[in-house]
Amino acid sequence: MAEPILEAATLTMRFGGLTAVDAVSFTAMRGDITAIIGPNGAGKTTMFNCITGFYRPTEGTLRLFRDSAPVELQRLPGHRIARAGVARTFQNIRLFPGMTALENLLVAQHTTLMAATGFGIGALLGAPGYRRAERAAIAKAVHWLEATGLIDRADDPAGALPYGQQRRLEIARAMCTDPVLLCLDEPAAGLNPRESEELSGLLRRIRDGGCSLLLIEHDMGVVMGISDRVVVLDHGKKIADGPPAEVRADARVIAAYLGEGDEE
Amino acid sequence: MSGGAAAAVAPAQRPAVAVPALKDALLTALVAFGLFVPIVGLRTDVGANGGLVLRQRWGDVAVLVGLAFAGRLLMLAWRAVRGDAKPATAARTALLRKAGTFVAPVLLALAVLLPFIPGTGRYELDLGILVLTYVMLGWGLNIVVGLAGLLDLGYVAFYAVGAYAYALLATIFGLSFWICLPLAGILAAFWGVLLGFPVLRLRGDYLAIVTLAFGEIIRVVLLNWVSLTGGPNGVTGIPRPTFFGLPFSMSGEPGTFAGFFGIEPSPVHRVIFLYYLILALALLTNWVSIRLRRQPLGRAWEALREDEIACRALGINITTTKLTAFALGAMFAGIAGSFFATRQGFISPESFTFIESAIILAIVVLGGMGSQIGIAIAALVMIGGFEVFRDLDEYRMLVFGGAMVLIMVARPRGLVGSRTPTVALGTRRAIGAEHVAEGRG
Repeated sequence: MAEPILEAATLTMRFGGLTAVDAVSFTAMRGDITAIIGPNGAGKTTMFNCITGFYRPTEGTLRLFRDSAPVELQRLPGHRIARAGVARTFQNIRLFPGMTALENLLVAQHTTLMAATGFGIGALLGAPGYRRAERAAIAKAVHWLEATGLIDRADDPAGALPYGQQRRLEIARAMCTDPVLLCLDEPAAGLNPRESEELSGLLRRIRDGGCSLLLIEHDMGVVMGISDRVVVLDHGKKIADGPPAEVRADARVIAAYLGEGDEE
Repeated sequence: MSGGAAAAVAPAQRPAVAVPALKDALLTALVAFGLFVPIVGLRTDVGANGGLVLRQRWGDVAVLVGLAFAGRLLMLAWRAVRGDAKPATAARTALLRKAGTFVAPVLLALAVLLPFIPGTGRYELDLGILVLTYVMLGWGLNIVVGLAGLLDLGYVAFYAVGAYAYALLATIFGLSFWICLPLAGILAAFWGVLLGFPVLRLRGDYLAIVTLAFGEIIRVVLLNWVSLTGGPNGVTGIPRPTFFGLPFSMSGEPGTFAGFFGIEPSPVHRVIFLYYLILALALLTNWVSIRLRRQPLGRAWEALREDEIACRALGINITTTKLTAFALGAMFAGIAGSFFATRQGFISPESFTFIESAIILAIVVLGGMGSQIGIAIAALVMIGGFEVFRDLDEYRMLVFGGAMVLIMVARPRGLVGSRTPTVALGTRRAIGAEHVAEGRG
């Protein structure tokens, strides 16, 4: 189990004069839940955006080990990253509010479905190959709706779902792209303790299903409960990296969180 | 609530309602006064010695201000009686949709049978052709604006490309209408891609401005490239369509439509043929957009309208997806354009001004973005209504504008603002307009 899934080497992101992420290197292992924590403004989301292709890092490499040959994520255009096997959710939920939960999950399978349409002509005329692909896509969507407990809301518009369900639907939608690495940006934000507990269970099930996870989270209960490894950022730099128990005892981490003694 | 209780409460409440209403109406009258003094109250006329004379018309201003005051008061009274207007809920739109399931087949049957309905003459058929042309253009633009959420203000450019493609191919190379029809569509789609490629990275208002400019560029080029397009004189002598090789001629020879089928030659035959041709083309547009909506590509368009960033995170190539919407919309405009050219027999840049783009866009917006039946009704009301009110002369535009304002007040998301899901595990329920995004380009 010591195989890496994602390897970031001296990852740097500058916006003009501001260095949001400063030469961060870390490795996320296959089959692990890796958490990235840090105070507000530490550069967590910026790093996330680099990994998921929304920003192009100024320096450094990001290697994704999907099968055997590593893929250099920082070289891919935005939409290719999802196809390479990295899925993400957003800090402020980004569903398609006017489409039903089921439709949201079908849009996520766009790439596979599109390949079955035969340049649109086959699907336009209702070719059997496309129908089979669509049935398979709906079956997968139903699987994830069941896994996230949303099967009863399948035909409701995503915008009409309560907040906690929208969070779960976004995770289901990300999983429908068949990722090897799922990146979650504060999945527990705004959830009540019971929902957080359910979320932890869901994330563990996803990990046990063979998908590695990378998450940004402020809820320490969730982070310490489910993470196999924690990376701590502060002011764009990595200050600690290790198992949760070790990181919790780290003096620098405590200092960063309590704002004690502004070093430098 | 029982009637007695309401009557008992009402007198006590009346002064509380009446005073603000009176204030509101006075304010309206004040605004009206401010507006009408320069517009109506002061008028310059040419005097006896050729100079301008300022004439004051305070009586007219008083009447108009009084009308505004009374109208506002009446409206507030009506609101007090009826209660506040209810927002469009999913239940109400669902009811409307249920009515819509009857409206669509009835409209379609009417469209198919129109040439055989007694009392239908040349004028009615010509009007039908005009309305159907706009229905087709509306459905074509709906792919771009309604589904993909890209605001296109220069749609008429593709209509012009299609019209000129047919006119020039037919007059210079002598190609037949049936070959030119798909060619015109392909050419327009090609121009759609050509424009779309550099422009689709722009969003919202910026995209609208560039498409507006593109529409004007095409028109100005047509106007000035005299050697090819004939400039402002246009292209004349465009061949009329034949019935799969049989011309519509009055001679009644065996080689003509009337002669072949052994019927009395009549000029109406060609009009009926053109009517069914545009009906078939419009229905083709409708069929393609309905089918595409239920497919990955159509779903991706709608997803793009809802949230572009989420689309990118799901691995959807935004540029190509937008380009397909743009090209497909342009293709239908091109096909409609070549139909227009063959019907008119003459085209000039004057037919492709910005106002055409605006009318087509108004049809899509008034119909309800993304709704096929809403757009058909909007086209019927706007184009047909415009013709019906021809006798009103200069007040026609006033009626037109008033009708638009009324629709927008009563149904701010268009006639059909709800959205039907493309796929469902159980029953499909309409999604209320409050959830559906309009798209920001």
